[in-house]
Amino acid sequence: MPIQLDVKNVSVAYDGVAVVTGINFTLDVGQIGCLLGPSGCGKTSLLRAIAGFEPLASGEIHLHGKQVSSVGATTPPEKRRIGMVFQDFALFPHLSVSENISFGMRLMDKKQTASRVEELLDLMELRAFRHQHPHELSGGQQQRVALARAMGPKPEILLLDEPFSSMDAELREHLARDIRLVLKKDGVTAILVTHDQFEAFAMADEIGVVGEGQLRQWNNAYELYHRPADTMVSAFIGMGVMVSGQVIENGQIALSMGEIVKPAPENCEVGCMVSVLLRPDDLIHDDDSQLTFKIEDRAFRGAEFLYTLKTPDGEKVLCMVQSHHNHQIGEKIGVRLDVQHLTSFPMSDCSECQLTNCQSHQS
Amino acid sequence: MEDFTKKSEESSSSNWWNWATASLAGLLSLPILVVLGYLFTPAGEIWSHLVETVLADYVSNSLLLMFGVAIGSLLLGVGTAWLASMCSFPGRGIFEWMLLLPLAIPAYIIAYTYTGMLDFSGPVQSTIRDITGWGYGEYWFPEIRSLWGAALMLSLVLYPYVYLLTRAAFLNQSLCVLDVSRTLGNGPWRTFFTVALPLARPSIVAGLSLALMETLADYGTVQYFGVSTFTTGIFRTWYGLDNAAAAAQLSAMLLLFVFTLILLERNSRKKSRYHNTSQRHQSISRIPLKGWQSVGAITYCGAAVLFGFLLPASQLGIWATTVSEESIDGAFIDLISNSLLLGGVSALLALLLALFLSYGQRLHNKPIVKFSVRLSGMGYAVPGTVIAVGVIIPFAWLDNSFDSWMRAQFDVSTGLILSGTLFVLIFAYLVRFLAVSLQTVEAGLGRIKPSMDEAARSLGYKPNEVLRFVHLPMLKGSLLTAFLLVFVDVLKELPATLILRPFNFNTLAVRAYELAADERLADAAPASLAIVATGILPVILLSYSITKSRKTK
Repeated sequence: MPIQLDVKNVSVAYDGVAVVTGINFTLDVGQIGCLLGPSGCGKTSLLRAIAGFEPLASGEIHLHGKQVSSVGATTPPEKRRIGMVFQDFALFPHLSVSENISFGMRLMDKKQTASRVEELLDLMELRAFRHQHPHELSGGQQQRVALARAMGPKPEILLLDEPFSSMDAELREHLARDIRLVLKKDGVTAILVTHDQFEAFAMADEIGVVGEGQLRQWNNAYELYHRPADTMVSAFIGMGVMVSGQVIENGQIALSMGEIVKPAPENCEVGCMVSVLLRPDDLIHDDDSQLTFKIEDRAFRGAEFLYTLKTPDGEKVLCMVQSHHNHQIGEKIGVRLDVQHLTSFPMSDCSECQLTNCQSHQS
Repeated sequence: MEDFTKKSEESSSSNWWNWATASLAGLLSLPILVVLGYLFTPAGEIWSHLVETVLADYVSNSLLLMFGVAIGSLLLGVGTAWLASMCSFPGRGIFEWMLLLPLAIPAYIIAYTYTGMLDFSGPVQSTIRDITGWGYGEYWFPEIRSLWGAALMLSLVLYPYVYLLTRAAFLNQSLCVLDVSRTLGNGPWRTFFTVALPLARPSIVAGLSLALMETLADYGTVQYFGVSTFTTGIFRTWYGLDNAAAAAQLSAMLLLFVFTLILLERNSRKKSRYHNTSQRHQSISRIPLKGWQSVGAITYCGAAVLFGFLLPASQLGIWATTVSEESIDGAFIDLISNSLLLGGVSALLALLLALFLSYGQRLHNKPIVKFSVRLSGMGYAVPGTVIAVGVIIPFAWLDNSFDSWMRAQFDVSTGLILSGTLFVLIFAYLVRFLAVSLQTVEAGLGRIKPSMDEAARSLGYKPNEVLRFVHLPMLKGSLLTAFLLVFVDVLKELPATLILRPFNFNTLAVRAYELAADERLADAAPASLAIVATGILPVILLSYSITKSRKTK
């Protein structure tokens, strides 16, 4: 597949203060990418730079093989052939649904415009509302209009800025999946910005986790969860806690709670201190186990309990247990470790160690 | 590569906006700067003569007048605002917008109307004599043509400023704090004095400062009543003593008073913004008034509307009908067309400039652009007399220099090219009223979220196309409002028009004032009534926005 979007070593700065630095990634034609990160991490600035609303402090952006942004030269947004869906939808209140959708198609001839509008009204199931104005629509309908308007002129790339943030939590994942189907049907290359990982999982082929102005990892959802590149990614994606351990012989790690796991990070010598990521599903409740931890806290989740357990040396771990195992706070329960993919990071005092598991996109 | 916009191009466009807005701001603030410049020129002989004789009068009269108007407009404005917004009594909904009606009457018109009604030969005193059988000099009757009379007249038409802002403040604070106070055991009246009033104070002060600025700017009322204030002093120095420098120095002193008020108003507005702790105000549970309380409320609000609008307007109507045949003639049609022309042209120009400035600010939000926009809107507080002095001095200098140069070079006298024409008059109106349309357009643009611009840009529209296809259609309402407000203000404006109008050029306001000054009160009525009728337009707009905001709640 040819490359549609190429972001090379991009930095964006406001008044000399860098918001994102050294960003690299590519999107193939028809691929849906996602920039995922906590609020204030710089993901929206990056999206706005791709759209042409922000100039670059370093690097280049290529769209469909053409350079559109470099330091000191920014093709204005109206010349980029992009489509953008805004957080507040930004529908034009003085125009009807079909006028909103055809707003970006003024360079096409009348017949083409009309047939494209019909096509989109069908695709978004908006036919019944074509003559209504935005304020008469529900939030979900408004969003479909915003999407149709952005897709109208068949843009090179579709940019979606937190498009679900004003939706109910239950609706979001469902909508994200619906929109993915629509985009795939139309063969649109798209990039989504969100802080909600479940939205990202539901919609994107490839996800870039952005933290503190840097792209921490670019990969699919499965790899992000099971092979996080660093502690920021592991803390941001899914649930889990970091426990400490020490590298022993044969590339194994002795956890301070007593268990032995492997593998240790590459290049870590025996004696190195490491942090090990334990997900709630890595800890299995087993009444026969010798290893017993005291229950500190519990949260009922319907199908299961999420127990917070305290190890003898004071570390806290999470454990997901089927909900008929109803234990009280203060009780001790038996657990055993069942780690499919071990993720561990050398601690900072072990300087010669290299980060392990770095699934960087450059590779 | 061909559709690359180089950074230098972008910054040159930005430079263009900087220069354009800055020079416009410079031009519009020129009159004020000229006047302020006279603060630093050495005082002449006439100035020291003024200081010795009349300056103390000007200062004390202006201060007393402000004091009187402050008391009057607070009494009328705050109480009615509380009753009309927070209490429920029969007729409340009607009073809510009728209380704004006095805004439609310029102070000089209400002043001569009351004079006519309360004079020795007027209907009030005649009735008293008929009933009692007293003759001339056998009873005491308050003299309306006095400083306190002027304060009363100004209060009657200026209290709506206090009413408007206070009412908005009461409505904003309604839900959260007032209910909290009630749950803490304070009764409704205690809540008014301990919570609502202190919280509304910044808005009350802001409204009051506006009323006082208008008081300082007033020329017609004080001149008619023979009260010497700064504005009448400036006139007298200008025409009587024919001394531009001394008039400008008086103007500069007046400006210092005005700036104090502006600071007060700005400060209060800033505070009132912080004082709104809640964004949402749902339907208010109004305090129901019992029988005699309702009567009191109706009397209170009714008195404000009656004396501020109904009574003077009816008197004007009666006068107008008695003279309608002889006074509504070709000359009267000329007056109307002159006024419409001036108002229309000025309002249109103000609208274009306001659009230009506020759109420039939206595209290039640089400090210099922002500062220029603020500077251009500075004239709103400056009295018309001061602006007239500040306009005529530089333009007369320009005309005279050009004339003498032409005479020296070509032996041709060009006369007064600019300063004797409508050009300076319209320029003065722009200086004075641009702020009105600027505020309206800015507020309208501000309600359009930046994402609208970006959405249109991402769909292939250039910035000027965004203005045409997105902003203008969405701004229709604001643009119409801005046009109307300036139009009506120009129609009502008196002192600057008096000074700057071309020879033999009359407007409704000037003619009404001249006839009234000649004690031909009835003859002045048709022109005055025309002004009041147009003045009702913005009142309708205001009450419409009030009802609309109530509906959306």
